[in-house]
Amino acid sequence: MRIDSIAKLSQWRQECQAKLAAQKRKVLVCLGPGCLAGGSDEILEEFKRIVAEKKLADISVEAVKKTGCHGFCARGPLVVIEPEGIFYSKVKKANVAEIVETTLEKGKLVEKLLYTDPRTDKTYTDYKEIPFYARQERISLRNVGQIDPDEIGEYVARGGYAALAKVLTEMKPQDVIDAVSQSGLRGRGGGGFPTGRKWATCAREESDIRYVLCNGDEGDPGAFMDRCIMEGDPHSVLEGMIICAYAVGSREGYVYVREEYPLAVINMQKAIDAAHECGLLGANILASGFSYDIKISRGGGAFVCGESSALMRSVAGEVGEPRAKYIRSVVKGLHDKPTVLNNVETYATVPVIMEKGADWFRSIGTEKSTGTKAFSLAGKVRNTGLIEVPMGISLREIIFDIGGGIPDGREFKAVQTGGPSGGCLPADKLDLPVDFDTLTRAGSMMGSGGMIIMDDRTCAVDVARYFLNFLVEESCGKCVPCREGLYQLHKLCVKICEGKATENDLALMERLSKVIQTASLCGLGQSGPNPFVSTVQYFRDEYLAHIRDKKCPAGVCRELITYTINDKCTGCLACIKVCPVDAITGEKKKLHVIDQEACTRCGSCYAVCNFDAVDIV
Amino acid sequence: MTRQDLTKLTAIFDHYPTDAGSLIGVLQDIQREFHYLPREAMTKTAETLGVPLSKVYSVATFYNAFSLTPRGDTIVRVCKGTACHIKGADLLLDQLESGLGIKPGETTEDMKYTLEVVNCVGACAMAPVMIVNNKYHGNVACNRALKLVKKD
Repeated sequence: MRIDSIAKLSQWRQECQAKLAAQKRKVLVCLGPGCLAGGSDEILEEFKRIVAEKKLADISVEAVKKTGCHGFCARGPLVVIEPEGIFYSKVKKANVAEIVETTLEKGKLVEKLLYTDPRTDKTYTDYKEIPFYARQERISLRNVGQIDPDEIGEYVARGGYAALAKVLTEMKPQDVIDAVSQSGLRGRGGGGFPTGRKWATCAREESDIRYVLCNGDEGDPGAFMDRCIMEGDPHSVLEGMIICAYAVGSREGYVYVREEYPLAVINMQKAIDAAHECGLLGANILASGFSYDIKISRGGGAFVCGESSALMRSVAGEVGEPRAKYIRSVVKGLHDKPTVLNNVETYATVPVIMEKGADWFRSIGTEKSTGTKAFSLAGKVRNTGLIEVPMGISLREIIFDIGGGIPDGREFKAVQTGGPSGGCLPADKLDLPVDFDTLTRAGSMMGSGGMIIMDDRTCAVDVARYFLNFLVEESCGKCVPCREGLYQLHKLCVKICEGKATENDLALMERLSKVIQTASLCGLGQSGPNPFVSTVQYFRDEYLAHIRDKKCPAGVCRELITYTINDKCTGCLACIKVCPVDAITGEKKKLHVIDQEACTRCGSCYAVCNFDAVDIV
Repeated sequence: MTRQDLTKLTAIFDHYPTDAGSLIGVLQDIQREFHYLPREAMTKTAETLGVPLSKVYSVATFYNAFSLTPRGDTIVRVCKGTACHIKGADLLLDQLESGLGIKPGETTEDMKYTLEVVNCVGACAMAPVMIVNNKYHGNVACNRALKLVKKD
């Protein structure tokens, strides 16, 4: 069906809404990355099979839907029953028959699958009341986890493409740019550059061709917001891109998706095809005379390709090496033409701003960081998952109120934001408001939104070593400060982890960091030393413990620790069974002993012991 | 290359415009079809797209997605994202290395297993994550890793 007028779009929307309204009951099965790892695809099939078999009055097979990431990954696989919002967590395939019988047929709850907050012992039925969800405000994630990403009709029913229709009929390109500028929207990919200013610069450039690209190369380890948007609500990204293309006068563009996200590629392609078929993408969109087309460009698994100039080279089929920044890509980008490159989340936000207005967007967040930001919570935090919160919320609220704090009775140590370019912030920074400028001042950065929480069993030096190793592998090798500097920095960091370093090495690392930051060509090198700089700033004592005392206080660096069993050992044999190298000997109900020569310090025994009988020294 | 392989290759080329801009896409499709980039396929790519073989080689060695050596039937990928790292991905990798007798990037002699590390697969909430032939395993305990691999 081709939608060639605004009237037809409205009519279609009403039809889609009527179709959804006719589905009295809906079962939403989360197929986000976390739930999928828990086998939610099988749960979906099982629901469809049983619902088809039983021929229930209130629910049809079509009303059993897959969705993108619902957010609360720690409790996955998740199943939500609408309209009540009944939230079943940690669902197994074997529970499906019971859910159908108890909830769908009899209208009762399956109590054992409901979520209970471990801090308050309160059990929740409706997910919207769970603290994890209640504190959030979702703009870019508005549809993720709520709709079937393969059904353009569901996006349209929830107001999708209404912003595009408004833009094409009521606004001039300059009006769009002005609205984005006034909204204060800043790039969600990490840089925080004002989006409106970027668009305005591109539109001003004299050129026959302009490109509008989307950066879906979410390379920061520990970040999965963009993945979830591309997989769970691909049309919101397309709509944002089409609006941008109209504003800057572009006729073609690309979505650059990293190769580690195969499902994102599939879902984005399906969305592009569906939008084409309806006349919402391609030639003469909504019969407005405006044409714009989008292709997908798959990345090749290189972190540096998240950098704008490297990404554009990669789209052109080249090796992804960045170039010097004095020529900006907004002036000379892809094929040397003016190019707007924004991140997935930024585009997904644009349609909402167009619909509700710049003032509405400005009313959320802080003065200089307006709106909301999506984060992925991971690491040593109870409620791992995908969230979106207003800017200006404190780290404490994110980690403790939404994230549920640190599991296993451990202490909070630091939160890592901004990926390899960011840094670690310690406990005394927990009350900082989360916005672009505050986090940068504190020595980290907002980044794309990955938040890794660390407890007292995480070693700051090891974290720095990890990121430096990552960057050494991902440095494209073009400029010397980054290629050789990070290599040396990593080598020195390994020396500290192994207990072989001196304080001179530490001083050398600090000097070297300054050189790398100043002299590198692109953002990767310039921010490369940050993981070291921020950890040494906040956890210098820990570095010194490695150097002076040859100790790793967190018990992580293998060369500096030994595992021993104390007399709390009950002789339960659990550690003997899990030891992968058979280094533990002992009999039932007798004290076990670790053979230090054979021990590889893998920590399996420590993890499995229920009696605190394994010490790390 | 067999005649069959050449037909597959031609089918891949037919999907793309014959210019340098198609290089990465073509190589990705070859990688997916053959599980690595056979030398002959790279030569054919250079001829077809009209780019020097050296450029094909430089692109093939720059991106992590490409492999120049044949890979095993079962691809075991261990995620080394930040969340996986602090939740013990190293220990998991250790177990797989010693259990399979290969290092990351290598393939067992019987061509059964290839071990790889990936930077982050975006399933951080389930860290540590291991992917065996595209099947995700979350919260993998290091002593269970090898069993999961052998089971598939």
